[in-house]
This record gives sequence, structure tokens and C-alpha cells, in this order.
Amino acid sequence: MAVKKMTNEAAPASTVRSSVARPSGSRKSAATAGAARRVAVGKTIARPSKPAKPADALALQHEVEQFLYAQANLLDGKRWQDYIDLFTDDGVYWMPASPEHTTWDGVPSIFAEDRNLMAVRMKRVLHPDAWSQRPLWGTNHVVGNVMIERVAPREIDVRSRFHMMELRRDDVRHFAGSYLHRLRSTEQGWRIVLQRVDMTNAQAIYDYVLQVWV
Amino acid sequence: MQKAHIPNLAQLVEPDRVRREVYTDPDIFDLEMARIHERVWVYCGHASQVPNPGDYCTVQVGRQPMVMVRATDGAVHVLYNRCPHRGAMLCGDRHGNTGAFFRCSYHAWTFHHDGSLRSIPMMESGYAGTRWGRDNPDCQVRSAARVQNYRGFVFASLAEDGPALEAFLGPAKIAFDDMCDRAPEGEVEVVPNCFRVVQNSNWKIFLENQLDALHPSVTHQSTGRAAHDVELEIERHTGKAPLAYHMLSAFSTVTIDKWDNFRTLSYPNGHCILTGYMGLRPRDSDTLEYERVLAEACGEKRKEEILTTDIHHVLLYPGLSVQSPLQQLRAVRPLSVDRTLTEIWHFRLKGAPEPIYRRALAYYNLVNSPATMINADDLENFWKCQQGLSSQGGDWVSFHRHHGSDIARDDAVESAPGRGTSEAPMRNQMKAWAQFMGAER
Repeated sequence: MAVKKMTNEAAPASTVRSSVARPSGSRKSAATAGAARRVAVGKTIARPSKPAKPADALALQHEVEQFLYAQANLLDGKRWQDYIDLFTDDGVYWMPASPEHTTWDGVPSIFAEDRNLMAVRMKRVLHPDAWSQRPLWGTNHVVGNVMIERVAPREIDVRSRFHMMELRRDDVRHFAGSYLHRLRSTEQGWRIVLQRVDMTNAQAIYDYVLQVWV
Repeated sequence: MQKAHIPNLAQLVEPDRVRREVYTDPDIFDLEMARIHERVWVYCGHASQVPNPGDYCTVQVGRQPMVMVRATDGAVHVLYNRCPHRGAMLCGDRHGNTGAFFRCSYHAWTFHHDGSLRSIPMMESGYAGTRWGRDNPDCQVRSAARVQNYRGFVFASLAEDGPALEAFLGPAKIAFDDMCDRAPEGEVEVVPNCFRVVQNSNWKIFLENQLDALHPSVTHQSTGRAAHDVELEIERHTGKAPLAYHMLSAFSTVTIDKWDNFRTLSYPNGHCILTGYMGLRPRDSDTLEYERVLAEACGEKRKEEILTTDIHHVLLYPGLSVQSPLQQLRAVRPLSVDRTLTEIWHFRLKGAPEPIYRRALAYYNLVNSPATMINADDLENFWKCQQGLSSQGGDWVSFHRHHGSDIARDDAVESAPGRGTSEAPMRNQMKAWAQFMGAER
């Protein structure tokens, strides 16, 4: 496994053996939230390790953009299990507490979640007694400025910018910043090894909290 | 200044219930700031936040913008963040280093770290013949009336009179002893990060929730269940789930009736303790290694005393909630009658092995970060309380639970055995409130 620290105490706290907690039950509960069908996002096309020709580069750019748009769609559609399934078994969703941090390991983070912790978060928001989720709540993500920063044989790093508007009860909030996706090419298509979320307003005062991934 | 329409304060608080205006009246809020937060000892920060000369951080004490600064001689001062000239704040950032002296960005007046005047541009010519001058005390940056430090935790009081810090804290100072004693070196240092979350509710609603043993299994049911599901799943696959899952799942596995087994202790000045340990003394190799290091530092007997201290967390009235076994604290900064800022800090046990820090860090991230899966539902309830209390649907807040059965011993009031969900801590806080406000019957 690629996750660096395997001790129980390493953050994210549950990095023991990722994705053991993908019980069918959570699938079912995700389905109740409207995630009835599987999504085919990030389906890889055959390609050399580096796009040699401009046409290949364009194709890769297009593919990656489609992946990011589809991911935004899953979040806005509250298709939590489908979103989690975009991550590799050792994948991590990370929102640093400080833009200077280069790892979640041993420093405070706003989110530092492997698939197991993501499963906890999903199950929480789907639980009927998640009081804070009762009011009207929805988000709208816009993703742009997509740049492929690194191309390796089976992995690429993609930088993009996002703007997320959230409505909760009668309050609108805005969150914006940059994503860094480390994507791995798998048989199922592109999968997220690391999604780093540097929110421009990460260090501002939070009026209320963040309940799900940005 | 008490305004005419404020109802008779003495009629607002009864031993077992409180009028709703106490949470909703902006004039009462102003009075609270003047009589409580701007008089009693308020937590400013930890000395390790300002390790070097010139390091400062800004902090709100009541309604007053203050700056905590490390002087060249090592002393920590707490000053009003205000230039005596035209009133500009001296420090506009949350923290930083001011250099060898403060320099006002408006007209370049400079001040030593203790607030005394250093220089004014063209002072001799500019102020000759005026009644302004170096010897005028109004030329200095005003200092908090009193600043005291207990084991590195710096408090300020904006009132000249009143008990010393340790006397004010009384037995509740165990919050800091418990935290520091767990460190083999006997002290903690701040983890340089502050999570800041606003609650749209009165500051007292947060404090009352801190020792409310009835709420966790209700409010946090969803997160407790979710964490427990995943915890069991991990255990099926690997045999052992990380402690972080237990910290979350306990909110549902400790069912509502079991919370009666906890104890609450209420002390003078509104301070209270909730006992009960969150399973933080497992027998894994990291814990055993930590215990070995601690025993080496202070001896086996003392180590046992330290590690068997039975504290879940300590509430230091009027604005600090300390979870000493996890080295975290939440400082409460009232912003207005219905808005409250919490500043959430984590500390490192000096001399303890790294895994012990990481274990507590997992809790800091999961429970206390702005993406918390726990406080999300608390804040929802606080907001609902604030809305409900603003209505005319009732006049009183009820603190009757187990009233009359609390046991008074020496200085403390203890919830009766098997009655840990007693609302004694809330009654104790309102008793202190009435004393500070001059609202005693």
C-alpha cells in the first residue's frame, strides 16, 4: 500500500487497511439518497505514458476535465458512495489547515480522511438523526482552470480551481480554492489517490461548519 | 450601565430555572461583558504561542481587543490593542512578530512591549507647550489590569480588584495540572493552529452544553452509529480499529442511561468538571511506551496518580472548556447576544512519544475541526435554542433535572451517584452568573 504511515495513530486516523468498510449497507443507504446507478467516470483510454502528440494531450486534458466535472456532479448530487468509489483503496481526501503543510501526517487538518473515515462521514449525513442535515441543504460546484501538472506512467497530477456555493436553510456560503488531484490509471478508469483541497478561506472563521467534502 | 428596561436582574435567575431574556436581551449581554468577561480572569492564550521577543497574538477579552506579547525580558504582557494617539489598533494581524517595539501604522508612534512609550516623531517640537508629554500616563498603551500565568496558560483580568488567578480557578485548575502532568517534562506546548468556528447562539448555551451528559447520545447519535458501523467493519477485517473510531462511536455505544454513571463536580465561580474517561488508556505498545517514559520522569506511583485522574473535561467559567486528557481546549469569545466564536487549540505533551500526540490529533481533527462530525449537530441545537428562546412560547429555561439531590461537600457540589445527567453544572454556572452580575436574590 502506498499510504505512508500504517500505525493506528497516523492521521488520517483510520489508515489501517483502507476500504474494508464498504459494506453493502452503505451502498444501500447511498442509493436512498439518489445514488441508484453506478457512474462511469474517468474511464481511461489507452494511451502512452506521456502524451506524445498534441492530439493525445488534448484527449487527456478532455478526459481529466470530464472526470473533475463528474466528480463535482456526484458531490452536488449527494451521491456519496459513488464519490467515495472514485478513490483508490489507499486514497485520501485532505483539506490542510494551512497551505504550507505538505502532508496530513502529524499536523492538524480540516479533513484528512481515507475511505473508512469517508464512510463514517457518509453514514452520518445519511442517518435520519443527523439533525444538522435536516434543513434544506445543497451545493453547487464549478470547476475550472484545469491544468495537468505532472504525467507519470500510471499517475497524473491535476490542478484545478473550484467555487462551491452552499445553501443551508436560508444561508448562502461561498467556498473557493484549488484542488490538486493525484489520479491513478486503473482498470476502472481514473481513480483518486489524493485529493488535496486548498480552500482560500480555509483559515477564515467558519460560520457554522463543513459537513461534507468540498 | 444598567439601562432602564432591563428587568430586575435578581428576578431572572432562580436556583432551578432561568428567564429566557438572559440569553436574548442585548442589554443584558452588554452588562455581562462589563460585569463578567471584562472583570474576571479570561484566558488569553498559551505562553508557547509567543515564544520569542516581539511575538504577539491578538485576543478578544469581553468586548476589548487585546494583544498578548512577549517582551525582550521574557515577560508576557497583555495590552489593549490601541494606540493612545488616535486610537488605531497597533496589531492588525491575528499573530506575528512586532520586532523590538510596536510601531503604529498611522503616525509611527512606537511603544515598548510593556506598552510604555518609546518615541513619537518630532516629539519635542510637536508637543512643546501642550499638556501631552512623555510623563503623561495617557501616552502609554494601556495594559490589562492584571495578567497571570498558570503553568503556561495566560489569563488577563481587566479589573484591578478580585481574587488572584489561582484562587479564582480553585480546584478547577486541575484542568491545567492534568494536562501538564501527563507530559513527562511537566509542560505542554501549543500546536500552531487555531480552528475558529462561530455558533449562532448565546455564549452560555455553549457552556451549558459542555457538562450536559444527557445530550451526547441524542445529539450525536448519527455520528456515533456511523463510526460504530465502520469500527466493527474494520475489526472484522483487521481485528482492531484505531482509537479514533472509539472516540466517535462512544457517543452511541454509551447509551443515554449510562451517562448517569458519570459524575459532575461544581465549584465556586461557575467552574465544573465532568468525570469519565474516554478509553484513553489502552494497552497497546504506544501507550505502554508512553507510560514507561512518564514513570521514568516522575516515578511509578506518581505516574499512576496522573493517569488515573478521572476527567472528561473541565469548564472554566466564563469561557474555557478544557479536555485535559486529550490536550485540547475551546476558548469562548462572545461576539454578540446571539453569536459566539470558539477558538480551538491543541497542545503537545512535552517529552511524550509522538504516537500519543497523534492519537489526540485524530480527535482534534475529527471532533474539533471546522469539518467536525460532532459539533455540527451541537451547533444546530444551539441555534435552535437561540431561536426558541427568542420566542414568546415560554419564559423559562429549565434546569430542574435532579435538583435537590446534589451532594454538597466542602467547596464542591457533586451530582448524586447514578445521577450524572444532573443539571447541577448549569445551576452552578447560573449561580456564578448571578453573583458576578449582582443579581443575587
